[in-house]
Amino acid sequence: MVAWVLVLVAVLIGAQAIRHLVEAGSWLGVTLVAAALLAVVAVYLTRRRVPMKYLLPGVLLLLALQIWPVAYTVSTAFTNLGDGHRVSQEEAIDLIIASSVREVPGQARYRLTVAVPEGADPLVGELAYLLRAPDGGLQVGDPDGLADLLPGEAAVDDTGRIATAEGYRVLTAQEVNARSQDLSEFVVPVSEGVSIKQAGLSEAYQGRTTVVYDAATDTLTDTETGTEYAVQGARYVATDGSGASFPQGWKDNVGLANFDRVASDSALRGGFVGILIWNIFFAVASVLTTFALGLLLALLLNDTRLRGQRLYRSLLILPYALPGFVTALVWASMYNQEFGLINNLTGLGTNWLGDPHLAKVAVLVTNLWLGFPYMFLVCTGALQSIPTDVREAALIDGASPWRTLRSVTLPLLLVSVGPLLIASFAFNFNNFGLIYLLTGGGPFSSADSSQGGTDLLITYAFRLAFGSRGADFGFASAISIFIFAIVALLSAGAFRKTAALEEIH
Amino acid sequence: MSTSRTAPPLRRSVAPLPTRRRPAEKGARGTWLRTVGWRHALVAVALVWALGPILFILFAALNPAGTLSSSSLVPRAASLVNFEELFTDPIRPFWRWYLNTLIIAGVATAGSLFIGACTAYAFTRFRFTGRRPALLFLLLIQMFPALLAFIAIYVTFIKIGEIFPQIGLNTAAGLIIVYLGGSMGSNIWLLKGYFDTVPRELDEAAKIDGASHAQIFFGMILRLAAPILATVATFSFVGFINEFMMAAIFLTDTGHKTLAVGLQATFANNNNEYSGQFAAGSILASLPVVVLYLALQRQIVGGPTAGSVKG
Repeated sequence: MVAWVLVLVAVLIGAQAIRHLVEAGSWLGVTLVAAALLAVVAVYLTRRRVPMKYLLPGVLLLLALQIWPVAYTVSTAFTNLGDGHRVSQEEAIDLIIASSVREVPGQARYRLTVAVPEGADPLVGELAYLLRAPDGGLQVGDPDGLADLLPGEAAVDDTGRIATAEGYRVLTAQEVNARSQDLSEFVVPVSEGVSIKQAGLSEAYQGRTTVVYDAATDTLTDTETGTEYAVQGARYVATDGSGASFPQGWKDNVGLANFDRVASDSALRGGFVGILIWNIFFAVASVLTTFALGLLLALLLNDTRLRGQRLYRSLLILPYALPGFVTALVWASMYNQEFGLINNLTGLGTNWLGDPHLAKVAVLVTNLWLGFPYMFLVCTGALQSIPTDVREAALIDGASPWRTLRSVTLPLLLVSVGPLLIASFAFNFNNFGLIYLLTGGGPFSSADSSQGGTDLLITYAFRLAFGSRGADFGFASAISIFIFAIVALLSAGAFRKTAALEEIH
Repeated sequence: MSTSRTAPPLRRSVAPLPTRRRPAEKGARGTWLRTVGWRHALVAVALVWALGPILFILFAALNPAGTLSSSSLVPRAASLVNFEELFTDPIRPFWRWYLNTLIIAGVATAGSLFIGACTAYAFTRFRFTGRRPALLFLLLIQMFPALLAFIAIYVTFIKIGEIFPQIGLNTAAGLIIVYLGGSMGSNIWLLKGYFDTVPRELDEAAKIDGASHAQIFFGMILRLAAPILATVATFSFVGFINEFMMAAIFLTDTGHKTLAVGLQATFANNNNEYSGQFAAGSILASLPVVVLYLALQRQIVGGPTAGSVKG
């Protein structure tokens, strides 16, 4: 009964989603949602496939958010997706032509009100222009064209703009501001080569597009200057040799170009190899230092005669209990050259995070502080699960405490802690939060600001995608694939040695 | 992962010393030093290292000057002015961020725990084709966290947001969905290992009494597995609170931010000026996690190794 209600809810939500997807014309989305719905119905409304009833939610999420992103990352790595290359070629041509609208001098302007269809989200909904023509006629314009509004359908305020219109929701000044990017590209086509475009917040003009597209030769021509533009590198570039081009490019397949860049550009390659080496060193050193300190403390406290163990343990795990972002930011402030605690106490005046070598040390020290309590917990748990009789047996056989530790305790400990060390390595290999919050990947040399002294591959890829130099999703995806490959290699090697896989009941 | 593995090992109780040494006894101090005294001394050093930065945050939060340049390890004066400023700052809605963090981490924890427990139940109690490869695959997928595919997730959610703004970028719902995406890989082995220890005879007895598989799962297994669920929930919750990268990509509007993203934005660019407020915010941000850890210390000590110890 409960199952039927839940399936009904899922079907209703799915149907609603499909309705939206059909409206948006996303047939891929329709197919995927329909397939998911079918799976839900097939699994939950029959008596068979019992295991699948428990697996399906996880499987759907796994496919949508783990498998699909990996596949999409791989395909993106072979494209030039990024700033200026986000849309298809057809869309880019439309954008170029639309934005080439020039106002015809001397013509009267329209009074403009920006709106969205009633019920749509003002921040993402499809825009519409509510226009009052110079002759007083009221019209509504959208990317499909102009339509007349009847006098009863709209009301004009005393500034001469439409204040309300039936079926539309007028945007506030704030909302208009938030959508300035969309508005700058928004054009209402009137007739061939004639469009209406926004001029400021409350006016629009009717102008002529100056660029024409010739599908036969795949060229654009600026009718004002007569310049011809042809396809070159996923952009339209002027054929007169001036190098001028339109800013709007399109997403295109570039084959192995992104990978080639790392291999052929020597500065890039040097930096990349440096980052890779540091990345591996950082992960290995982090695991070893935190494990060593954690183990040491666990051994130190693993003595029943020691009083105050409980209190000591509680205090020692506090660094781990602090959220990681707090730790990283606090340590960043302690390393501050002018005001930081470390320089205050030592009087050194060292620029800890400004020197590539010192910054690496600083990062490792911080990660040691952040990570040792986890290893301490893990080692404590593992030590306590080692039966005391094996140690007693060693003692009776005359082994020294050091010998017992080395030959009995540690090997047993490593059996249970080993997989966690691998997991810790994998985590630190992509420890984005620590590096990003502590150093931001820096310090950066003045010569090349794209690669920093403490950059990991993941922070490097992040900067390529979201950094201030503009998005380069294609190249960043190629770096991600490098990370995939390295992690895959490492985990393949590690799993081969893991006994956990030998028996699965 | 054999069936004989038991619950996470209990912490050995802190036993009182077997015999109380009388101070008058000759050489007792020397013995004490040699057996446990040096341990106390080394632990004291470790405590200075572990607690120093935490004290620094405390003092910085209480320092009325509220700037980094005036902070020190030794407090000169104490006041709550930093907390007041933090709570009343109109452009940095601290409590809003706090609420966002708790909602996102809470819902994501509950969701991923539920999905994870369901998955683990399927693997522990049912035999089906592809079970073994699926288990291995889940182990493998743990090595590839979602953040590696951040570009694909970002671009995908731009597209999703155009059609369904409720779950697009800058929404808590979208971020929670991304977090849930990883719920199948993480912790399945830990949960499955624990479920394996619940005797199958109980299932069979319940089945004879007429219980369905759903009744066995929700009514029996989940209750018996409460300790491991608490451990996994703690780790997930803390993990989601700490998560920075996806949150930074998703949440760019001030009102939608989590504590991690919000405090980073406050502090990273105004290192000196806002350090008092930042420290005050850090302490409040740490409270839920610290309380959880100290309360569940016993489970946590055994937790991380529980799944990997072969019994």
